[in-house]
Amino acid sequence: MTTASRFPDPYPSNGGANLADILERVLDKGVVIAGDIRINLLDIELLTVKLRLIVASVDKAREMGIDWWETDPALSSKARRSELARENAELRERLAQLEPDGQREPDAQLEPGRARKEAP
Amino acid sequence: MTGLRYVYAVCHPFGAALQAQLTGVAGDPPRLLTHHGLVAVVSHVPERDFAEKPLRAHLEDLDWLTRTARAHQGVIDALTAVTTPLPLRLGTVFRDDSGVRVMLEAREADFRRTLDRLAGRVEWGVKVYTETENGPEPSETQRPAEKAASGRDYLRQRRMRAKAHEDLWEKAEEFANRLHAALSARAEDSRLHAPQNSALSGAAGRNVLNAAYLVPRTDCEEFVELVDRTKDDVSGTAPRLRVELTGPWAAYSFAGEEP
Repeated sequence: MTTASRFPDPYPSNGGANLADILERVLDKGVVIAGDIRINLLDIELLTVKLRLIVASVDKAREMGIDWWETDPALSSKARRSELARENAELRERLAQLEPDGQREPDAQLEPGRARKEAP
Repeated sequence: MTGLRYVYAVCHPFGAALQAQLTGVAGDPPRLLTHHGLVAVVSHVPERDFAEKPLRAHLEDLDWLTRTARAHQGVIDALTAVTTPLPLRLGTVFRDDSGVRVMLEAREADFRRTLDRLAGRVEWGVKVYTETENGPEPSETQRPAEKAASGRDYLRQRRMRAKAHEDLWEKAEEFANRLHAALSARAEDSRLHAPQNSALSGAAGRNVLNAAYLVPRTDCEEFVELVDRTKDDVSGTAPRLRVELTGPWAAYSFAGEEP
């Protein structure tokens, strides 16, 4: 216990904080009070959709119709499954394009380099 | 004309002085406005930047927003060193001191309740990332540099890569859930935030856990040690996962009304 007026501070304050850490707190957390200057932060376009995604809480983002993490394969197993389905469909289509009149065998040579580049 | 009043936080009265060099969002040092036994931390800001129209325009400007957000956070940080501030959202602006006093009075009961709930507590941020880009794919390390000989081979290789990704995500999800449970047990409260987009955070890899924990100051050492131990474990056993700790923050994520 200490009675000093300043708290002992063994940690460098927010040394590891990035801009997103700061913005998500000062723009999306903290107490909301209607000041004399009426600014609704959610009305602000905030430059890019990406920035908006970062500062919006999950619920607010859903309200705004933003749900990228639900369709992002990195963040949702449902999205991962549909991602695989999409990829399969894409590859089938690619195969079909390579066999315009059904002459080629199913294991016709693909262009892996090109296909890879276009994959997410 | 002395400008508008930008309010950073509301606190219980505190004895310590703020850092002498501290400047607020428009270069003006933060002042303490005491009313009804509560303290509002306030800066004078010019009308040309903080009236409704210019403020709205400024908020669209990432450079301005970044500077202002850092200045706001700087004041909150300084307050966190001497008391437990209740941080207000960026851009809370009043016409004059009396507007701030009216607000303090109107919200007095809420402020007191929340300040009591948060007294002596800070927030720690913990994030888990998983490396996806740039590392070698597991399937490729098993079968080095094999060119797809046929469409079928190619599809098989794609499937194996997708499977490896799936395994990594499952592992990351499982790890994040376990870590969150362990840290929640050591914290008074926790919040899960939306994962951050690397475009703005600049962090490598994908953010799979972005959580905040409310921890009494007396328990911080233990909490930080637990996170540090996890970091060490993870770098030994799961090199494609990374744990990051930020803080101590003012209790931003817990300052709203209790759910």
